[in-house]
Amino acid sequence: MVMDCDAVIVGTGPAGATVAEVLTTAGWSVVMLEKGRNHLLSLDAPFEPLGEVSNDELKLLFRHFLGPDPWLEPRTFRHDETEGDRIHVGDVNNLPSTIGGGGIHADGKLPRFREIDFRIASELAPVDGAELVDWPLDYDELEPYYAEAERVVGVAGDADANPFAAWRSGPYPMPPGPDMFCAALTSDAATQLGYHPYRAPTGVNSVEYDGRPACNNCGFCGYFGCPIDAKGDPVAPLRHALRTGRCDIRPESYATEVLLDSSGRKARGVRYLDADGNAHEVSARHVVLGAGAFETPRLLQRSGVGNADVVGRFLMYHFQTFAMGIFPFRLHAHRGRSVTHLMDDPILPDPAADTAAREAGLPWMRGGIVEHGGASHPITEAIHLSPGEDHTRLMLGSPMRDRMAVFTMQGEDLPQATNRVDLDPHVTDAWGLPAGRVTYSPHRHEIECARHWAPRLEAVMREAGATHTFWATSPALPEHAARRRITNPSPISRHVMGTARMGNDARTSVCDRWQRLHDVDNVLVADSSVFPTGAGYGPTLTIVALAIRAARALADLEPLRSQRQARVP
Amino acid sequence: MPVWLTEHEHAVVAAAADRLIPPYDAHPGGAALGVADFIDALLGAFTFDPPRIWAGGPFSGRAGGDPSFEQFMDLSALEELAWRTRIEGSKGMVERERNGAVIGWQQQYHEGIAALGRDFCDVTPDEQDARLDRNPEFKALLYAQSCEGAYAAPEYGGNRGLRGWASIQYDGDVQPRGYTDEEVAGRD
Repeated sequence: MVMDCDAVIVGTGPAGATVAEVLTTAGWSVVMLEKGRNHLLSLDAPFEPLGEVSNDELKLLFRHFLGPDPWLEPRTFRHDETEGDRIHVGDVNNLPSTIGGGGIHADGKLPRFREIDFRIASELAPVDGAELVDWPLDYDELEPYYAEAERVVGVAGDADANPFAAWRSGPYPMPPGPDMFCAALTSDAATQLGYHPYRAPTGVNSVEYDGRPACNNCGFCGYFGCPIDAKGDPVAPLRHALRTGRCDIRPESYATEVLLDSSGRKARGVRYLDADGNAHEVSARHVVLGAGAFETPRLLQRSGVGNADVVGRFLMYHFQTFAMGIFPFRLHAHRGRSVTHLMDDPILPDPAADTAAREAGLPWMRGGIVEHGGASHPITEAIHLSPGEDHTRLMLGSPMRDRMAVFTMQGEDLPQATNRVDLDPHVTDAWGLPAGRVTYSPHRHEIECARHWAPRLEAVMREAGATHTFWATSPALPEHAARRRITNPSPISRHVMGTARMGNDARTSVCDRWQRLHDVDNVLVADSSVFPTGAGYGPTLTIVALAIRAARALADLEPLRSQRQARVP
Repeated sequence: MPVWLTEHEHAVVAAAADRLIPPYDAHPGGAALGVADFIDALLGAFTFDPPRIWAGGPFSGRAGGDPSFEQFMDLSALEELAWRTRIEGSKGMVERERNGAVIGWQQQYHEGIAALGRDFCDVTPDEQDARLDRNPEFKALLYAQSCEGAYAAPEYGGNRGLRGWASIQYDGDVQPRGYTDEEVAGRD
């Protein structure tokens, strides 16, 4: 039987784009289906940027330019069954729905996970109510793929900057870019207090790289897309795939079903709807799902494919703790590449955190990476103020933007079977398909972590010179939620993981260690759905590294290997 | 000349915007920034082709490059459906009522402005504030969209003369010039 292509790939974000590059380079033909529009790059040679993303806060942050429009693609949310079918309809962790996916909105902070993140069940005591598991691969196996991911995306960083980093086989492809004033200020204070901030590895060019220019620090990075093509993710892999002549990218093509053959053990392709609502089928030898950890399980559930006991379960975010400092002078965090400094300290063993864990009845506590950031855009600032004279005074002095530094801790979220994505019984999207529904409550571990670390992060702000500090979390803690009306109860984290977890046991996981479905082995899940645990680091570099590994195995290429290098003391 | 609001409605929106974002010190306030023009352009977005929803890119011309913000972008059929539903309401159309009826911004403004009274522009500021407080839902919509109008790129009709940005010491869009390493790392 003649197939349309070797592989049909659902989604054009970092996962799908990476797989497309590997497969097309290996000689495969691919069709990529993307439900959103194309605002990223011309699909005709030489595949230049379209120039449609811009330094425009209204368009990008308030008018759903990169999608998904929450009216067209509503999602629903509840904390648990006691709240009925849902308590919220609309935006639930909406990652961009567009060519380039979440890679467009990301500001490119690309840390690796550490060795322990792959072995949390073996290395640490169990926690009541969390289903901790080891990954079916370890850091040493993934390291060469991390190195390849950094090369493909184009990561700027300093290999010796983070004293806690896992071992590396070599340097970053580019040196770090310029330090942002605000981040240098809070980093110096953190160092004074015994923490270990370091220059963030970022998928943002510090020099010309791969035919794309160096970043010019415009400040419209996270959530915006790059108008000058200086962000490596996922422009680079998509362009590389297109240049092979074997990649057919179809925007406004909404995958509705993974099609199985009569045996029910093999996929034969994907059905999708075009911009006019007409149905089509793409037949392929392999199906690759890179739609993200929300849309991938939704597609599997619609199709009745994958281990039904587990698909959609173990949904994880990062539990975000925000510590804010208000300064007596301006910080101009709207100049620079979004975040230039990170620190890992809250993820590591820490005497005070260990004591707090014991007092809370937990065996241990793992927070997350801390981003040394600031606030940058005025509409966002303004809508958080009250109308009247206070508005104008506060906009002139700008304590909530130009004089505010923000620590964001991406706290590790423990996997719980009850946290899940499924299909809403009533609400539908603009195509008439059931909306995806999130059922999610954080574990006590995340809540106690936030309570412990937030005051410590506030102390760093005061050391840096902040005159006022306060903190908040997303999702909100019970003691905060009672104080203010929360219009959207879903976590604002865009780090969505775990809903098609991989493992060696076909009964308790969805995918095997090569990210293929246990029960339909020509379907590969390339995105963060496969993460068995969430770690306290941004997921993107790990998504890309895993996707390279899985795609190379699919194409029968030699596994990558690397040599451990001695660290420079 | 407003494109969608009446002259009277436009004047009421401007007066109300000046109570929500009042002039103070270097800040010109909502009326002088053209918030009413911004809201009028949004409510009348589909009287233009392409509709005035998304300004173009990549550059405005203010920091170099060609001024492409003013070339508004085409919407897909679905995007048009979503934005018409928000602006015009669902009006009983099946395709707009998939998950329930929607009261559009046009109707919310007509009714909200009427509820503020024919003489809104002529009463004391304290009375204006009291009337806005008696219509909390409309006040919330008006405040959110006044914030957008005051501080969005001027191509959308507000932030007149860039004074919304200048008064708060914000540069706005800076591509393709960007910032130098010294501007990023330095204190001022």
